[in-house]
Amino acid sequence: MKGRAGWLFLLPWIVGFLAFTAGPMVFSLWLSLHHYDMLKPPQYIGLDNYREALTDERVGTALGNTLFFTALHVPAQVVLALALAGLLRRAGRAAGFFRTVVYLPVMTPPVALAALFLLLLNGQHGAINAFLGWFGFTGPNWTTDPVWIKPGLVVMSLWTVGSTAVLYLAALTRVPLERYEAARLDGASAWRQFWHITLPGISGTVYFTVVVNTIASLQVFTEAYTMFFGARGQQSGEGDAALFYVIHLFREAFESLRMGYASALAWGLFVVIALVTAVQVRLSRRYVHYEGEQG
Amino acid sequence: MRWLLVGLVVVVLGGCGGVGARPADGPNVLVTMGFGLPDEHATARVAVFRSANPGVDVRINEGAFDEQQFLSAVAAGDPPDLVYAERRKLGSYAARGAVVSLDDCVRAHGVDLGAFREAALRQVTHDGQVYGLPDFATVRVLILNNPVLRAAGVESLSTADWAGLADTTALLARPRHIAFDPKVPEFLPLWAKANGVDIVGSRLDDPRVVEAVRFTTDLVRRQGGWASFKALRDTFDQFGAQNAFVTGQVAAMPMESWYLNTLATNSPDVDVTIAPFTDRRGEPLTESSGQAWAIPKGARHPELACRFLVTMTAADTWVTAATARRDALAAKGRPYGGTFTGNRVADERIFRDVFDPKGNRILERAVPQVLALQDKAFALPPSPAASELVRAWEGGVNRVLTGRQSPEEAMAQAQREAEKALRRVGSR
Repeated sequence: MKGRAGWLFLLPWIVGFLAFTAGPMVFSLWLSLHHYDMLKPPQYIGLDNYREALTDERVGTALGNTLFFTALHVPAQVVLALALAGLLRRAGRAAGFFRTVVYLPVMTPPVALAALFLLLLNGQHGAINAFLGWFGFTGPNWTTDPVWIKPGLVVMSLWTVGSTAVLYLAALTRVPLERYEAARLDGASAWRQFWHITLPGISGTVYFTVVVNTIASLQVFTEAYTMFFGARGQQSGEGDAALFYVIHLFREAFESLRMGYASALAWGLFVVIALVTAVQVRLSRRYVHYEGEQG
Repeated sequence: MRWLLVGLVVVVLGGCGGVGARPADGPNVLVTMGFGLPDEHATARVAVFRSANPGVDVRINEGAFDEQQFLSAVAAGDPPDLVYAERRKLGSYAARGAVVSLDDCVRAHGVDLGAFREAALRQVTHDGQVYGLPDFATVRVLILNNPVLRAAGVESLSTADWAGLADTTALLARPRHIAFDPKVPEFLPLWAKANGVDIVGSRLDDPRVVEAVRFTTDLVRRQGGWASFKALRDTFDQFGAQNAFVTGQVAAMPMESWYLNTLATNSPDVDVTIAPFTDRRGEPLTESSGQAWAIPKGARHPELACRFLVTMTAADTWVTAATARRDALAAKGRPYGGTFTGNRVADERIFRDVFDPKGNRILERAVPQVLALQDKAFALPPSPAASELVRAWEGGVNRVLTGRQSPEEAMAQAQREAEKALRRVGSR
């Protein structure tokens, strides 16, 4: 009876998983072996779509852009979130207020965020370059210079650092204070305390956020698409510099109507994400420590 | 328990409704897609149809045309009865069988296809059959900002003399201003045509296309390069009273004719000259674009849909709509700059009987020119790989603008991409 009740409670999730996750994945795998333009029946072509993906120049460009963005975004997110969490921890009685302030930007819809940052990052009249100007720096053309487009998108992505910062804050509060007291008695500097106590103490959370942020970065889409591909007026000029992998996939599917090829691209991304995550899991065995573990 | 499950399934499926008519709908329901009711051009025409067909329940699915949604609906066998889309996209839908031929429809209703502008009609004709009826026609003209040109001592500016235009651009160039915006990559077909070549139908690496790319991208380079040029352009208050012509941030550029109404409404006193864009021999030249009505494959009520699109694009209906538009603007004290319908007969009547510029100088001077250009316009012909072709040449120009490739390399790559796309469509 208990088992039956358990299955009943799980049923909505199982139905949802089969209908909206597993089913579409199997269908997309099948579709990746076909030509399919949505209007004529799928035509079996074997591995042609995968072969084409390996020689598609734009796949190389899109993958390069995506990996570049990920390599900048993930460390920047971790460092800034840690810094913010450290500040929040020292906020004392006002911690609740500042926690809300830090988290609020996460609630901004991605499309609104993209529209906002198109203005902020404008090289001629944007607020970010005006800010840099106060310190004597001439800011670049973040939204129109291909060299600066990805760094600009990384700057924008830090807008949502609050969600990671809140996780780090929770992790920081779990590091035993007596370790810091002991270290201080031994004369350890702040940096050594951070390196030998704080970081190992929160390494599980850091690992989790690195994995999650990496996967999200490899699937980056909405903001870049809205800024550089969505409206026709924004399509000109910078296309390839902001062409991320999922944007290329989306355009092949819904602009060129190549559902089979897009499915193959999706599975290619799945493999890339699986490989990157496998490397991270491997590295985590050496660097990540969990409470209760020896050593 | 069983009834609970059935109920759940009904609720879930009900929430996944398509864009076509629902099974429970009667045979009198007509569903449109890609069409909205933003002003009297739309509302008055729909009212004409409703009044002539009181038994038909017209259901307007407001919102912009969504290609993905449209094709998904056709693939699922649940399309709307009518679709309203950019004309240049219809060719690929016709080639793929997503829309049906209107030949029987226009024959049955005695539609005179000769009344439509030739360029517009050509865009909706595929393999000798008409797949859509044109709706609206926008052309491209040159807008000159007189105070800026006068201040620099420039008496005239023409697109016929490319060397002279380059010199004038260099003369007018100054920081945080645009001297001449060639509007590439989107206007490349116009520049290529001015140089004697049709971009669709010829090769993208044709020397004349390459020359047009080199010339237009050089104009941008002379003004500080693409990054700062585009960043500055992105800051313009294009639809406001402080637009770039009012603030003097732009000296000249080719632009779609709909922008004249924007200028006339928001900055009626701005001192601009509207001139035709010309080819290199000095002959007026323009590109036409617009929308079209079409009937998707599998539409439930093709006869009603046919009646609707014939009514919407008929000269009488347009005149009724234009009059309603003029009266609505007059009630707000605003001028009416006419309506370019894509239907020659309708245009003639509207500009003879309805047009009311109320002394607005921009409209009084510009509208006759735009009207005269309507029959001189060319339009991109339909292509089964329209989106891919546009992407190929725009990508090529972008690579030159950003300094990644020479014009020859960029357009050679664009040609390879275009060929690949056309081969793919052909092999489907």
